[in-house]
Amino acid sequence: MNKGFGNFGEFQFDVLKEIGNIGAGHATTALSKLIAKDVDMLVPHVQIVGFDEIADSVGGPEKVVVAVFLRILGDIPGNMFFIMDQSSAYSLVKETLGTEPAGEELTELEKSALCEVGNILIGSYLSSLADFTQLNLQPSVPALAVDMAGAVLSYGLIELGQSSDYALAIDTVFFEGSEAVQGHFFLLPDPAYLGKIFSSLGVPLE
Amino acid sequence: MNIVKVGMADLNVAASPDRIRTTGLGSCVGVTLYDQVSKIGGMAHVMLPSSSLGKGEVNVAKYADTAIVKLIKDLEKKGANRRRLVAKLAGGAQMFSFSSTSDIMRIGPRNVEACKETLRKEGIRILSEDTGGNCGRTIEMDCATGELHIRTVNQGVKAI
Repeated sequence: MNKGFGNFGEFQFDVLKEIGNIGAGHATTALSKLIAKDVDMLVPHVQIVGFDEIADSVGGPEKVVVAVFLRILGDIPGNMFFIMDQSSAYSLVKETLGTEPAGEELTELEKSALCEVGNILIGSYLSSLADFTQLNLQPSVPALAVDMAGAVLSYGLIELGQSSDYALAIDTVFFEGSEAVQGHFFLLPDPAYLGKIFSSLGVPLE
Repeated sequence: MNIVKVGMADLNVAASPDRIRTTGLGSCVGVTLYDQVSKIGGMAHVMLPSSSLGKGEVNVAKYADTAIVKLIKDLEKKGANRRRLVAKLAGGAQMFSFSSTSDIMRIGPRNVEACKETLRKEGIRILSEDTGGNCGRTIEMDCATGELHIRTVNQGVKAI
């Protein structure tokens, strides 16, 4: 069942997986340089999910996550999340600022550092995608939230919720060698523009 | 006692002693309607303000205007009296603070306004609300009392 996503077959899913692969590949390389450690990633997961299932892969709707969100503008509008659990966020603060987080709650400086890390990583994800597809993609200003996964991720569904009850999620898990830092890159393209991604790559829609 | 779940863009009804619950409300709004006498209550997890925004086939539970009307009908079917229904609202937060104030980014407040407008049209009084702000909420209504319990990450649990 493709739930209103046109004529998607195995081949189209593979193409979207490759998009996740290239984007997240560049982003994990950037992260690896940033923290001077090896960062690995898993094979991207491309899924058409109901709104209720969107938070399942990050631990359920009530799991507290640290998320950097930005909107993609240009030829293929969509939403992008860089998402981690709290302990990963603390480890990443430690790696990037070189200091232990001050307390239970992240300070403004720590949040701002994480937001910038997210911005750099999402930026490299998107610029590799733009190179690959030869399409024009512009990231909006990023914003950070620490809250329930359901509440955070639902923000990325507002735009596409106007035309669909399902979202297409390209989800890539990355982890630092010791697994102290691990998280997700979530790309939620607006469904109406998926055809553009495929045509830019010369992929036929069956 | 059972807990009846309400998903995103979904609605449901329940009766005492059951509870009805939805998780992870961000910019979405949880609307509850309750009849104190029959102890029947309903909840909608509204995602967008107006069904006029919808394209193609419309899921009525997704929009403030259509979800509330459907919820009233479902409650009446279950035995609630429309004239006794009272409402509570929670959610409508702005999870991310952007400097821009485009319509999409203001979706939380717009959802709250749309729910209030529809409730006013339907002649249903709003007893209490916990809306706006910038935090996610999980809400649960006790159909024995109509009390709405609201949990947030930083402020614990409160009842309205």
